[in-house]
Amino acid sequence: MTRRSPALALALAGLAAAVAFPLLATKVTWQNAAILMLMTAQLGVAWNILGGYAGQVSLGHAAFFGAGAYVSTLLSVKLGISPWLGMGAGAVVAAGLGVLVGTPCFRLKGHYFAMATIAVGEIVQAVVNGSDALGGAVGFNLPLGETGFWGFVFNRSKLPYYYIALGLLLATVGVNWIVNRSHVGYYLRAIKDEPDAARSLGVSLTRYKMIAMILSAGLTAMGGTLYAQKELFIDPGSTLSTGLSIKIALVAILGGAGTLWGPVLGAVVLTAIEEATRIAFGGTGRGTDLVVYGALLVVIAVFQPSGIMGLFTRRAPRPVPPPEPEARFP
Amino acid sequence: MTVELLLQTLLSGVLFGLVYALVAIGLTLIFGVMDIVNFAHGEFLMFGMYAAFWGFALWGLDPIVTLPLTTLLLFGVGVAVYRLVIRRITDAPMLSQIFATFGLMIFFRGLAQYLWKPDFRSVDHTIVAGKVAFAGLQFGLPQVVAALGAVATTAAVWAFLRFTRLGAALEATAADKEAAALMGIDAQKMFALAWGIGAACAGVAGALLATYYPVFPEVGSTFILVAFVLVALGGFGSVVGAFWAGILVGIVEVLGGFLWDPAYKMVLVLSLYLIVVWFRPQGLMGKA
Repeated sequence: MTRRSPALALALAGLAAAVAFPLLATKVTWQNAAILMLMTAQLGVAWNILGGYAGQVSLGHAAFFGAGAYVSTLLSVKLGISPWLGMGAGAVVAAGLGVLVGTPCFRLKGHYFAMATIAVGEIVQAVVNGSDALGGAVGFNLPLGETGFWGFVFNRSKLPYYYIALGLLLATVGVNWIVNRSHVGYYLRAIKDEPDAARSLGVSLTRYKMIAMILSAGLTAMGGTLYAQKELFIDPGSTLSTGLSIKIALVAILGGAGTLWGPVLGAVVLTAIEEATRIAFGGTGRGTDLVVYGALLVVIAVFQPSGIMGLFTRRAPRPVPPPEPEARFP
Repeated sequence: MTVELLLQTLLSGVLFGLVYALVAIGLTLIFGVMDIVNFAHGEFLMFGMYAAFWGFALWGLDPIVTLPLTTLLLFGVGVAVYRLVIRRITDAPMLSQIFATFGLMIFFRGLAQYLWKPDFRSVDHTIVAGKVAFAGLQFGLPQVVAALGAVATTAAVWAFLRFTRLGAALEATAADKEAAALMGIDAQKMFALAWGIGAACAGVAGALLATYYPVFPEVGSTFILVAFVLVALGGFGSVVGAFWAGILVGIVEVLGGFLWDPAYKMVLVLSLYLIVVWFRPQGLMGKA
């Protein structure tokens, strides 16, 4: 246990800082940026289960995010069902969609898989865009009034959103941690690194990829519901675009795909860069912020290809199972 | 529905599909040689369109007249992108390669917006304006010229790969980097060449497209998605595959818009793609 305590201490300190942050930084802009960071981090961590551990690079996760946002919104707007229940329903729908996507797409490797997931994301976006029942290109406005915890709309203070986002992030990290520790995590890494060897040892590739897909899609959808409840407005452009899918992947890649805390770190850095360039250069409307942001992405990719976590770990970037104790003869 | 109308629709789909194919050929060439998917490829097309536009706006030169210059310019841009960025991530994991070319895409779009404002601009009049009648059917001359130009360029690239020593060297590098290097082929040069030709193809497509399609900083996003589909549908790295996939997708797109609803034409194209890779994961003409 002593070996793990510095990491544990660091995690606890980080948690304490995260809990205290909105109480100290009371400016709404700061709180908003922090909520954005937490929500982005949660999506990156959720993506990481499939894209990082299992190595199935999805560039269509906006479909799951949108599923969460749309299912909870439709249930609450049309039927008055609490978005908390909608969050669960959205996760189930997204998991189902994930199975639907995974069944054909898991046969594809590498770039082929990534391209197929882009196609799936674009199909979902186009279908919602063209469907009046789903709000079409206009989307939905959610009712603005404060409804309290059960109604999941808070406008007197940003704090509830902040702590819900933090809670959801911690839950998602928790799922990641459990997966990482369990036999599923070992199988997933085996599938990623040595698919043929894993298969020859009797690991069902499709089954474990599917488990990763279901967890990843469901958790991403929960982030979608939170987004809808915080913004109180959803449309295909903001919740279903391929740009969003790629951003979710970027967060994890920037931090270090396949590591537990990488996506969180990536979200903090990416959101900070995004917001800073937007505030510093965005006012002109001339795309200066995009120039700086894009250039930074390229520089990071060129000089730190293994992600930010690569800076801290000299050893293998993923936990190696402890060696079997050698047999000793007395 | 009359036969003429159907034929007219099908052929206009083919005309547009051929331009799609030209964009995709550059993408598939780069992928075939380097195993890198270039997310910034639509921006090469965008630069080609702007080059054509500015030639017209500043000097009154027709996009068709400046086409050779645009081609050279984009070849240079492609080589420069390779030398400055891609060369450094050749052996990086796929994830950081995606990251880098996606960053390039944002950078180029921002740059275009910064330099040329987000407005839609178009070339008002070109020497290829007008219509052509053919067996009772009517097509816009710019569309016909663009399609013919796309076919000619595709054929040129194909012939280059098939019949020249340099092309053979490029194909050898695509097939097996190490073996090609042992034969004395400089992989770095081949990679740079692939990026140059790939960007030049997009540049040609851009110049041709500029005769009838407006240019704006995000114009690449419309084409890159279709180009991805063509590359995967035709088989990653297959120039011929991308060509046929372009025609197929062009037809499916217009038929979908015609028979069903224009809003869903992409759904049809993307579904077709998913169905094809379901049965042939390596694409129509990809190597298994």
